[in-house]
Amino acid sequence: MLLQLKQVSLSFAGNTVLHDVDFGVEPGRIHSLIGPNGAGKTSMFNVITGFYRPQQGEITLDGESIVKRKPHAVTRLGIARTFQNVRLFREMSVLENVMAGQHCRTRSGALAAVLRLPSQRAEERQILETSLECLDFVGLLGHQDRLATNLAYGHQRRVEIARALATQPKLLLLDEPAAGLNSGEKQALIELIRRIRDERGVAVLLIEHDMSLVMNVSERISVLDHGSLITEGDPHTVQNDPKVIEAYLGQDDEELAL
Amino acid sequence: MDRHSPPTRPDTHEPRPRNPLQRLYAAFESPGRRRALHLAIIAILIITPWISSQYTTVILTNALLYVVLCLGLNIVVGYAGLLDLGYAAFFAVGAYTIGILTQQFGVNFWAAIPFALMAAALAGVIIGGPTLRLRSDYLAIVTLGFGEIVRFTARNLEITGGASGLSHIPEPSLFGWHIDSSIDFYYVFVVLAVLAYIASQRLFDSRLGRAWLYVRHDEDAAEAMGINRVATKLAAYVIGAIFGAIGGIFFSVNLGAISPESFSFQQSVLILLAVVLGGMGKIPGVILGAFIVVLGPELLRDFGTLRLLIFAVLLLLIMLFRPSGIWPEKRS
Amino acid sequence: MTWYDSFLQQLVDGLVLGSFYALVALGYTMVFGVIKLLNFAHGDLYMTGAFAGFGGLSLVSGFLGAGWLGIFVAMLLAMLAVGCLGVVIERVAYHPMLGAPRLSILITALAVSLVLQNAALALTGGQYTAFRTDLGFGGFNLGNLFLSHNQIVLVATAAVLMIALELFVSRTLYGRAMRAVSIDKDMCRMMGINVSAVIAVTFFIGSGLAAAAGTMAGAYYGSIWYFMGFLIGLKAFTAAVIGGIGSITGAMLGGLILGLLESFGTHIPFIGSEWKDVFTFSILILVLVFKPTGLLGKSEVERM
Repeated sequence: MLLQLKQVSLSFAGNTVLHDVDFGVEPGRIHSLIGPNGAGKTSMFNVITGFYRPQQGEITLDGESIVKRKPHAVTRLGIARTFQNVRLFREMSVLENVMAGQHCRTRSGALAAVLRLPSQRAEERQILETSLECLDFVGLLGHQDRLATNLAYGHQRRVEIARALATQPKLLLLDEPAAGLNSGEKQALIELIRRIRDERGVAVLLIEHDMSLVMNVSERISVLDHGSLITEGDPHTVQNDPKVIEAYLGQDDEELAL
Repeated sequence: MDRHSPPTRPDTHEPRPRNPLQRLYAAFESPGRRRALHLAIIAILIITPWISSQYTTVILTNALLYVVLCLGLNIVVGYAGLLDLGYAAFFAVGAYTIGILTQQFGVNFWAAIPFALMAAALAGVIIGGPTLRLRSDYLAIVTLGFGEIVRFTARNLEITGGASGLSHIPEPSLFGWHIDSSIDFYYVFVVLAVLAYIASQRLFDSRLGRAWLYVRHDEDAAEAMGINRVATKLAAYVIGAIFGAIGGIFFSVNLGAISPESFSFQQSVLILLAVVLGGMGKIPGVILGAFIVVLGPELLRDFGTLRLLIFAVLLLLIMLFRPSGIWPEKRS
Repeated sequence: MTWYDSFLQQLVDGLVLGSFYALVALGYTMVFGVIKLLNFAHGDLYMTGAFAGFGGLSLVSGFLGAGWLGIFVAMLLAMLAVGCLGVVIERVAYHPMLGAPRLSILITALAVSLVLQNAALALTGGQYTAFRTDLGFGGFNLGNLFLSHNQIVLVATAAVLMIALELFVSRTLYGRAMRAVSIDKDMCRMMGINVSAVIAVTFFIGSGLAAAAGTMAGAYYGSIWYFMGFLIGLKAFTAAVIGGIGSITGAMLGGLILGLLESFGTHIPFIGSEWKDVFTFSILILVLVFKPTGLLGKSEVERM
């Protein structure tokens, strides 16, 4: 098990957001996390990546405990994420955005920079190459000099993914990556996610509301409702699970479109 | 080029350079022209003392001191986005450390420099450590508080000479060259300013420089990408402290005497004013701001106390109408 | 004088000092509550209030004398004038900056502060101006303790103002609107509350209170100068933080606590009066680092 959550509980000011969650992602798998609005999915991402500290429970990555670590340390250990509302560095170029991912894989500090040591220059070359490669991987090579805010929304989402990939993660967390995309873009996203798994060996955990996409791309699905994991399994099993249907009752018909 | 060259202009809706300053800037985009410009400026700086009065030389020396200080504060405010209202504290630490070590303990100036730098770095860690996690409003006031604490301390301790400060700080020598005239110090500051400029540029174009921008843009996203935001901010603070200390070190031997009043809140504000005026984060703008802030009062001599008011109003107008500063926006 | 007597004396001094701090801290906290900005220029509004009071007194002393009556009227005039100034500042300098990055707003506030300071500097040439009044030094003795009439009037006035404020905030429409805006500005806008007007009123009151403190300080201490707002601004900010920024009761409490701390603190042999300010700043830093929400403030939960 690449990522393992054991009995994780999280509450804010008396409200229980996550309750006794046992959850795991296997290496190299595409795993989806679904559930009605407010079920606690993004909170789970925040707990995994270290932005929230759970009141109780253990989280390990490759056996190493990450529950008490700061977010940047968790990233360094191999978990990268994208955000629900795209959070690129708006006034910077696409390339500069992606280069951010390489920060944690390099080491040159102030002194090396001021003295322009050969090691620093070599690292800058490496950062540049890796970032361009990630941009190419998501199909945006050629856009690197554009200002991030000037890109179309769909492209911005891809840049965010490229940025996360630049951290050379073992596990990639995608928070509603399909929101706001048209059907062509969604298909491209499915292919991209598959390529991330196949060509880079990165496990993907995604939060999504688009059921057809979820059923199409996932190898495993976990369903969260009111902070508890109510079921887990392959797409077929989950689709037919009465508990899942019940949890979604009262939600938009759109969400039930399987 | 061994690093990614910044684009000349982002595509879409960016207007062609229209005003004179932007056109001037655009004219010097190519590295060849840039280098020629740099050499020309250095040449002018070298010749100037020989063609002007001593008074002018002293003023220019002061301006160059401000260039160093402003480039330092620029790192803290302009790159890392931390509003430091007590920057003069680092200036003070550098100056007083040298003053105390050379005048009271007879340590050689050059040997004392590392201690002054370490003291400043330490001050940066002590002040920055607990406060960098605070939200920006609080950070501003706390740094102000620290600045005042440093000044009060300097004013009340015996070893710092109390309210009258330290005097008879010995002048340094370098391989037999006794640095004592105003022309000597002028050249020293030219070298310092050039070094500060180079260091600033290199930092800006480095991994750390980018980290500052990421953290400044969106702290949490930066953190999520593996950037330790506290360490990054602290680095800006400490490096800014070192720039300030370097200014202070040479300031103290130049003047030969220092008093707590040189390191007041007004001083911190003046340095900040220069950075904001010229354009936070833009190195040429900051240098321009430094010159304006030093030369301005000279040109406005006749206005007496009114000139500070003029500067204050100027700052307010800039913030309301052109917060990016005088220097034109060239995309980073 | 036994230690008991000097304790009481310091207590009284602390209360007087604390009254000033509380009045100024209130303005800080109220403005922070509605626009989430630390008005850096607030201390200078205190200074402006002192000068306005001085001017007001010159105007009315002819027919009202320069005793407490004249001073009160001058104070009211000053409160009015500086209150309006506060509103003008908000409209001209802060309102246009509301969408701008935090750093820009802070620097703008700093700029306003500098304009006020340097305007006063230009007017007075940096000299202290004597605030001449006809206040006597009368008082009465409680055992070994000496209470001057001035001290009593001062604390009483501050108390009256604070009670008035408390009533305003809890009983009137605008007062309740102010509290609502400080909780959720956007929701208020959607519910039809005229947020702009509420903000303006907040500035008016906050600045007015600072001006009251300034006038009284001028009358009590006898002299005013262009830089007097700087230190008081920092100390009032400290008071507001101690009490919990955003909380009105907190500001009052914080002001009193700070006044008492300073008064007692200067008598601790190690500290003495030269280190008084360092002592205060250290308190500020310690509070901000260890308990930034202060005594009565609410902690903000940061959601992603």
